[in-house]
Amino acid sequence: MTDVRNYTFNFGPQHPAAHGVLRLITEVDGEVIQRIDPHVGLLHRATEKLAESKPYNQSIGYMDRLDYVSMMMNEHAYVLAIEKLLKIEAPKRAQYIRVMFDEITRILNHLLWLGCHALDVGAMTVFLYAFREREDLMDCYEAVSGTRMHATYYRPGGVYRDLPNSMPKYKSSRWSSDKRTQSRNKARDGTLLDFIWDFTDRFPGLIDEYENLLTNNRIWKQRTVDIGVVSAERALNLGFTGPMLRGSGVAWDLRKKQPYEVYNELDFDIPIGKNGDCYDRYLVRVEEMRQSTRIVRQCIEWLRHNPGPVILDDYKVVPPTREMMKRDMESMIHHFKLFTEGYVIPEGEAYAAIEHSKGEFGIYMVSDGANKPYRVKIRAASYPVLAALNELAKGHMIADLVAIISTIDVVFGEVDR
Amino acid sequence: MTNLFEKIQDRFGTQVNNCSLGKDNTVTLEMSTANLLSICHALHDDEPFKFDQLIDLAGVDYLTYGQTQWRTEETTASGFSRGAKLAPDEQIINWDKPRFGAVYQLLSTSYNQRLRLKVLVDGDPPLIPSVYQVWNSADWYEREAFDLYGIIFDGHPDLRRLLTDYGFIGHPFRKDFPLIGEVELRYDAAQQRCVYEPVSIQQRVLVPKVIRKDSRYLSEEA
Repeated sequence: MTDVRNYTFNFGPQHPAAHGVLRLITEVDGEVIQRIDPHVGLLHRATEKLAESKPYNQSIGYMDRLDYVSMMMNEHAYVLAIEKLLKIEAPKRAQYIRVMFDEITRILNHLLWLGCHALDVGAMTVFLYAFREREDLMDCYEAVSGTRMHATYYRPGGVYRDLPNSMPKYKSSRWSSDKRTQSRNKARDGTLLDFIWDFTDRFPGLIDEYENLLTNNRIWKQRTVDIGVVSAERALNLGFTGPMLRGSGVAWDLRKKQPYEVYNELDFDIPIGKNGDCYDRYLVRVEEMRQSTRIVRQCIEWLRHNPGPVILDDYKVVPPTREMMKRDMESMIHHFKLFTEGYVIPEGEAYAAIEHSKGEFGIYMVSDGANKPYRVKIRAASYPVLAALNELAKGHMIADLVAIISTIDVVFGEVDR
Repeated sequence: MTNLFEKIQDRFGTQVNNCSLGKDNTVTLEMSTANLLSICHALHDDEPFKFDQLIDLAGVDYLTYGQTQWRTEETTASGFSRGAKLAPDEQIINWDKPRFGAVYQLLSTSYNQRLRLKVLVDGDPPLIPSVYQVWNSADWYEREAFDLYGIIFDGHPDLRRLLTDYGFIGHPFRKDFPLIGEVELRYDAAQQRCVYEPVSIQQRVLVPKVIRKDSRYLSEEA
């Protein structure tokens, strides 16, 4: 009889199920995984070092490019760290706008995750559905910041500008008849808030659609139940946060436990799982989308009734308006100083964390009193989870590896930084 | 938070070098490498701390801490150079502590509290005991700090490079490592393979680093 030995093969870095550039050195015994050694860093851009070389505000745009499916949330942690060091606080309206866009971003992220997870496991339809809804949310991004993805919308001291009073509309063309264009523009007649309100009206029904396709689907369950099980104790020790931790039954959410901005004024629930497998994490994330919809609705109602400033008028940190700059010498000087040199932050260090769609996203910032950060350390949520891939996947079949990678909700922008 | 501050001081007061509250109101402990492991074990296991998560570990290089590239206090006859020619770096804040540091962010989910540990070390290579046995999440964090700063974590089961290229030389996040890097990579059609060459670009500083004494914060610091 021939001697059968373990076989080592290479997974990725270019593989559709690797969710980016992930290289796995995989050791298998037949179809069963014995050991996985993830090689990351293929997307390493030294964001932290780049941030050390430029004034504070110039790095906000880099934050979008970390986890490039939950852009505004990354910015949020970064501006919070600056605000902590400067001891300033954004106006209430800005805080509500931030929370609303954080939750829109969470839905964006979970939709992409759901679509890709389902696609990896073999269900194509959910992917198309999810991208249909993402399109509406991307339009919200575009309406408020001018870009669909890399918004650079949050600023230290508030947000860049107030919510627009109108939504861009589709125009009819050779490919889109007047009648069809009219129906596409139906929700776009009012303000941005009206548009989002209309979305939150529709969205719970759309989640039901996804759930109809998946939750009780026999194949879906066969592929996810009892796959990638992690106990609560191990999850904590391995540094898991977010849905990865809640899926294992730990009710831990920074929005509830260490509320930032206005989360303590909002009413929402934290879903937790029981078994800590892929299926529970799926249920947790789907429920989180419903809860996010609830939060967004509460924000819209508050924002409709409470106009006000969306950014501080502290011109040592926040640039004055264009209009003021043209007629006020002082504003001109502030503008010049802010855009040539930036502002200095007093010596000190701070760690700011938010409940990112993937878990705890934190920025540890050290300032030596200069106009540039001395050190910025980004705590990415899926980084420690990917580090534990070996533990999650050991003993599973090769086909389950794909389900486990996608349940992590890994994005290489933030893992490699 | 002040509650935790007192408890920490009572328990570890003699073992740490410094115990303070950071700008974010997080208790910050500074300690020597000799005490790190025993303190970490105590923080993880004992009441009333129970820090069950190591959230983050950041390497820091304090080589150029408090150095400015542009004088701001007095003007010269020719005025400011607008940063086109950089003045030799001038030390504004003196850093008399060791050059390298590792900063640990801890989180206790049972008591909902945070803590920051700081270990500063000198030496080449700097050596810090690994906390992998206390928190398994230290695995990649320590590999990353080793990769980027060259800090060696004694007792780590598998200390390899993580983020940089295969065969990379140097530790890129050290302050004496240039931002533009040392080598660049291109495909050579003649040799039909990728070749490494010294970088051909020049480093430019668009905005010089400036340390200002901001009057709004002076009263607070004094």
